[in-house]
Amino acid sequence: MRFSGLRVLKEGLTGNRGWGPHWRDPAPKPAYDIVIIGGGGHGLATAFYLAKEHGLRNVAVLEKGYLGGGNVGRNTTIVRANYFLPGNSEFYSHSLKLWEGLEQELNYNVMHSQRGIINLFHSDGQRDAAARRGNAMINQGDDAELLDRDGVRRLLPYLDYDQGRFPIYGGLYHRRGGTARHDAVAWGFARGASDRGVDLIQNCEVTGIDVEGGQVTGVQTSRGAIRARKVAIVTAGRSGQVAAMAGMRLPIESHILQAFVTEGLKPVLDNVVTFGMGHFYISQSDKGGLVFGGDLDMYPSYAQRGNLPTAEHVMEAGMALMPMIGKARVLRSWGGIMDMTPDGSPIIDRTDIGGLYLDCGWCYGGFKAVPGSGYALAHLLATDRPHDSATGFRLDRFRDGVGLMDEEGTGAQHNTH
Amino acid sequence: MRLTCPLCGERDLREFTYRGAALTRPEGETWGDDWHDYIHLRDNPAGENREYWAHSTGCAAVLLVTRDTRTHEVLGSALAKGGGA
Ligand SMILES: Cc1cc2nc3c(=O)[nH]c(=O)nc-3n(C[C@H](O)[C@H](O)[C@H](O)COP(=O)(O)OP(=O)(O)OC[C@H]3O[C@@H](n4cnc5c(N)ncnc54)[C@H](O)[C@@H]3O)c2cc1C
Ligand SMILES: [Zn+2]
Repeated sequence: MRFSGLRVLKEGLTGNRGWGPHWRDPAPKPAYDIVIIGGGGHGLATAFYLAKEHGLRNVAVLEKGYLGGGNVGRNTTIVRANYFLPGNSEFYSHSLKLWEGLEQELNYNVMHSQRGIINLFHSDGQRDAAARRGNAMINQGDDAELLDRDGVRRLLPYLDYDQGRFPIYGGLYHRRGGTARHDAVAWGFARGASDRGVDLIQNCEVTGIDVEGGQVTGVQTSRGAIRARKVAIVTAGRSGQVAAMAGMRLPIESHILQAFVTEGLKPVLDNVVTFGMGHFYISQSDKGGLVFGGDLDMYPSYAQRGNLPTAEHVMEAGMALMPMIGKARVLRSWGGIMDMTPDGSPIIDRTDIGGLYLDCGWCYGGFKAVPGSGYALAHLLATDRPHDSATGFRLDRFRDGVGLMDEEGTGAQHNTH
Repeated sequence: MRLTCPLCGERDLREFTYRGAALTRPEGETWGDDWHDYIHLRDNPAGENREYWAHSTGCAAVLLVTRDTRTHEVLGSALAKGGGA
């Protein structure tokens, strides 16, 4: 089934009876060439690119719940390429280019909206840092513009420019940044993978990883044993537990990140605005809800819900930055489990176990990475070499200290990002 | 979530700062797998976790807290060894 304007028209005139399920619901086969554990954005994108770019179709994605029920459906959907450090910079640049062709590639409306992101700064020192970051982005081939206070005011007239603690000096404007419809990204990749022969198996929890003589041979699941030549762990916040099934300990702590959405409002906020000093960022969804969030709760958690102090802190920062937000009523809040690495950057790599691969450590920024990570992991699985865009995401950088990517400059230690 | 400081009693979460997993610091001074293990690798359990919290806006003591990471239930707290203010 392909989507097109004509098809929408035809279905609209005939009672929408022609739409079918978007992907098959197969029973697991006894064996696959490649098994991907985790049906989030990264797992589904990996499956898609394995089939599309490498012709590898004897592949299964095993998901313990339903497709897209993890963080890929819980995030605040910001997509950008404004990283600073080599390693991250080329990766997110590549990922954003994949985003820009994604809807055509998937024939799926993921509502990718390049509405622009403005990172605010509040001092001369921060202005210098923003200029430096902007130059790095431009050198990487992406876009950045330094806005002064008046430049920001023209775009965002509703901010409080003279708040005592953090007066607004200007902002770094990344026009190609924006948002996307998170569920649709998971669904689009799922449909694309399924159409190309990948088995997407839901309600299938991996409970064990079989290793013989240092080589992975398959997995144990709630739907029986499945043999595989290669297995990739792509389970975000649950990475530590799944890796433990193969006897590994990871450089990861799982933390909680909360997000909030208000009732639907008429369009008031055209861009994505980040207020780093206050730990606050916000955009408006196409349904009209103001979607916003802040920092981690800052303690390990698998609860998928946070505590009130962080909620309060985020609301206070929002009120400080844009007092008009006080008129909006918060509808919902939720949390997701973040796979935090010591340096705040991800891992896409082989492991010491033959045939076992790892894609994790996306911290709170892995939604924008979905196409890039799927592309890079598919390349690694198919060729056993890292893709050019992801050579920096080595697991061993923590052991040998080479190529740590600490974007915030807070130290490559847990609980600093 | 509320934590109990053995010196100040049960207090609001806002008064405390999470200070990391409670692990044993290696003896040696040179970098090796033991330090990599200590600084980077984690059991990261979904369940009982032993962790340090500082009563940072209270008495400044460092506590050893046992907490269930699935429910945020606090199962016990005591002064960490050498952690009294
Ligand atoms: C509140 C919030 C806001 C965020 N905002 C942004 C943002 O604005 N921009 C951005 O770029 N990123 C953001 N992120 C981060 C982003 O959502 C994640 O980094 C990313 O979604 C993680 O990759 P994933 O999609 O593959 O994870 P998930 O969707 O969590 O996929 C992992 C899957 O593995 C499955 N699984 C786990 N264990 C097993 C098992 N044993 N067997 C089988 N399956 C298993 C899970 O059920 C899950 O479906 C945010 C996250 C949160 C929580
Ligand atoms: Zn105290």
